[in-house]
This record gives sequence, C-alpha cells and structure tokens, in this order.
Amino acid sequence: MITLQGINKTFRIAKRQAGFSRAFRALFSHEYETVHALKDVTFSIRPGEMVGYIGPNGAGKSTTIKIMCGVLTPDGGECQINGRTPWRERVAHVREIGVVFGQRSQLWWDVPVIDSFELIRDIYKTDAKVYKRNLCELTELLDLSETIKTPARTLSLGQRMRCEIAASLLHDPKILFLDEPTIGLDAVSKLAVRQFIKRLNAERGTTVLLTTHDMQDIEALTERIILIGKGQILLDGSLSELKERAPEGANDEEMVAALYREYEI
Amino acid sequence: MRLYIKYFSVHIKSQMQYKTSFFFTTTGQFLVAFATFLSIHFLFDRFDSVGGFYYEEVLICFSVMIMAFSISELIGRGFDRFPMLLGNGGFDRALVRPRNVVFQVLASQVEFSRLGRFVQAVAILVYALPRSGIDWTWDKILTLTLMITCGSVLFFGLFVLYAAFSFFTIEGLEFMNILTDGGREHGRLPFSVYGEGVLKFLTYVVPLALIQYYPLLYLVGREESILYALTPVLALAFLLPCWGFFRFGLRHYKSTGS
Repeated sequence: MITLQGINKTFRIAKRQAGFSRAFRALFSHEYETVHALKDVTFSIRPGEMVGYIGPNGAGKSTTIKIMCGVLTPDGGECQINGRTPWRERVAHVREIGVVFGQRSQLWWDVPVIDSFELIRDIYKTDAKVYKRNLCELTELLDLSETIKTPARTLSLGQRMRCEIAASLLHDPKILFLDEPTIGLDAVSKLAVRQFIKRLNAERGTTVLLTTHDMQDIEALTERIILIGKGQILLDGSLSELKERAPEGANDEEMVAALYREYEI
Repeated sequence: MRLYIKYFSVHIKSQMQYKTSFFFTTTGQFLVAFATFLSIHFLFDRFDSVGGFYYEEVLICFSVMIMAFSISELIGRGFDRFPMLLGNGGFDRALVRPRNVVFQVLASQVEFSRLGRFVQAVAILVYALPRSGIDWTWDKILTLTLMITCGSVLFFGLFVLYAAFSFFTIEGLEFMNILTDGGREHGRLPFSVYGEGVLKFLTYVVPLALIQYYPLLYLVGREESILYALTPVLALAFLLPCWGFFRFGLRHYKSTGS
C-alpha cells in the first residue's frame, strides 16, 4: 500500500548567467531561484496494482520516485509505504522495494553479472534459498543464463536492462519502481521487458510503478495512469479515460502531446 | 565485515581485468614516493640538518607520514572519490540499499594500486628504524604506532571532510588537496621547519602536527615528557567535526538531491 498525501518539494537552484563577467560575479554572490518540483502531490496505490506514471521531462517523476525510495526528503506532506515513512525508516523500507533507474546501472561494471548478483544478495542479506529460487526463475524468464557470466560492461543495453531488472528483484521486493525501464531498448528487448513485468505483476502480485515516455509501455502494461506536469498531478485515471479526452483518431503519442497542450505543460 | 570482504573481492576481480593499468599505476605511485625520498636524500647531502633535524630523524618523519596516508587512502578511498559517486548517481543507489551509507561509501572504492605507496612506506620505515639511533624501548614503539594509526585516522578525517564539502559544491574542492596531498608531501619534513604560523595552524586547526612534529620530538629524545608521545591521540578529536559535517551534508543532500 502506497499513499502520498500533499507532498511538496522545492529545490533552490543557483541562477547562472551567460558571459564571463557574470560567471565571475557568481563566484561571490549567488542568486537563487526556487523551483517547485512537486506541489501537493497526492495519490495512493493498492497492493498488486500496476501504475504508469507519465509526464514530460522535468515534470517531477523522478523526484517523486526518489521520495518514495527514501533518497529525498520532501518539504512537506506525508508518505506511507507498507506502513513506513521512507525517509524516516530508510533501511527497513528499502529492504522491501526494488528500484531500477533506467539511465543508471546498479551492476559492478567489470565483473561478471553473477558476481554483482551475489554481492547484492549479501547486501540485502537475502536468504540463500530465496535467492536461489529467484535467480533460477529470473534467469529463465529473462533469458539470462549466458549473459550473467559476462562482465556488465560488455553487455548490450537490452541485456543490461534485463540484468538490472533481475538485480532489483533478487530480494523479493513487494514493490518495484521502474524509472524509464525501456529507454533506448530495441523492439525485442522492449517486448521481453514488458512481458516480464506483466508476468511478475500477475504471478507474484508485485506492485509496480513505472515511469516512461513510451506510450506503448503504458498501453501494454497498465490500466491506470497518473499524469504529472510541472510538479502537479493533473490526471489520475484509466487509459480509456485518457483516450476520451484526446482528439478523434489520434495515436498514443499524439494523444499525450494533446494532453500536455491541454494542461499547458 | 564479511560484506566488506565480499566488496573487496569484487574490487580485486575488477582491477585484475586491467592488469597493465594496475601495474603502471602501482609503479607510478611507487616512483613518485621514491622521488620524494630522493629529494630528502639530496637535501641532506648538502646540509647536515634542516630546521635542527637530522637525516635519520627526517626519514622517520617521512615514512610515518607516507605510511599513515597510504593506509587511510587504501581504506578511505571511497570518500576521496565521493564527488564522483555523487555525480554518477552511485550515491542514490547506496541510499536505496538496506545498509549503512557510510559503510557503502567506504566499500565503494578499494584501490590496490595504492599499495605502491604503502610498500614504499614500509621500505623506508625498515630502512630508517635501525639507522635512526633511537633506542626502541616499548614507549618509543608505542609512540611510533600511535603516530601511524592516529595519522591514518586523521587523514581519513580529511577525506571525510572533503566528501562532506562535495555535498554543497561540485567545484572548487581542490583546496582540500592542500591538506591531504599537501600534508603528506610537506609532512616529509617536521612541520616546525615551515615556521611558527604553519605549526600553530597544524596544531590547533588541522592537527597534522599532533601526529608528526610533537611525537617526533619524543621519539628522537628531544622531549622527555610522555605527553608528547600521546599527542597523536588528541588528533583523533578532529574526526568528530569531520563526521558531524558529513552527517550535516547528508541531511542537506536528502533535502535537495539532484
């Protein structure tokens, strides 16, 4: 169970201006600009639900995920995940979640992936039996039995992403956060990843929150979407509701673009 | 601890992938330290003493500093490379793992190429100990041990301080190197050589002199009071503000992020 209630988050960003003399002046005095990354973000997700979290670049998707992971502390608002506040009980909280940051790797670059997996097992103190079961299952489902013997740096993006997802699931998390899991993947890998996520949700009942720019991910995976723009939740509903708002005959991409325009984000 | 060994073995495996690089860096480290050694050697070829200290005494001083530095670097390299960890998102990853953050930073980097410096330190110490003319009674051995261990802790504190700064700024951290690398390089001579101002700074602000100059005086028999031998212990207090500042930076990070 995930609930966010009135989450606010502001960043103070130093203004930098072009030009040498201004850059020089910035050495001595900073002008700050307050950016409202999240404004009164409220939603809740039931156990076993699969939710697509969409919005344009810089809308606050990653910030929300970082707050839910306990990486960032919001300025205000409440967040409860499995009965805990992530940033107050970080260690206990992160034990029960899995996170994939699509643009960043969690694997150790120069060693075979299986070594990374084993280290992750020890970090999470995963029970040997559970680890073994998960490893067998994940390598089979994601077709990784050969891949995990090679160092992460030699993998293709698609192979690596599948390894990343596997790495996030070795400790049996109840909740999985996927931040752009299909970014840059080819068609085959995308399909494999989608199929896997779907199966994970159906068979294990893992709660999944995924951010993406690929509407086909949403189409294939989620019933419910949450749309965020400029730090505010603009829409929380089903994909079909979203479609009703879109102009006739628009494809997914156009639909989202129309939606962004409608909300002026 | 068991987990640290696991991390350790992953680092060994990683670095074995780049044998040539490992070999050259280690050799390079060794040569740099050796050049410093030669500079001392030639200095004392011309002069009998520097600032009232003789060759053998300075050698002890040099080897202790380099030893302390290399130990702390071997262990605390993660803090030294901390800005990188912040930059590439590795720190976010550390925060979503159910382990102590400081432990993960420590374990994030172990560089065996730094062994070059360590080997050098051992070699010089072995060379200097019998030649120093010091009668190695238990209290002198204790002093030397304190200098090395507390020295490592002090350098480690400086690394932590450096890491703490990087929570707030990405650039302009080079000034910290004056204290870490600079402390090591200039520490080859007793700090009194650099004048009273520097000595005061290194006694009261960044207590590098507490692990070097004062215990050295006891070691070579210029001061009789056992208090001089125990000054390195005082230097440990420096770890507290460094630690506090790091915690402060961590809280700051959690409320700003990137």
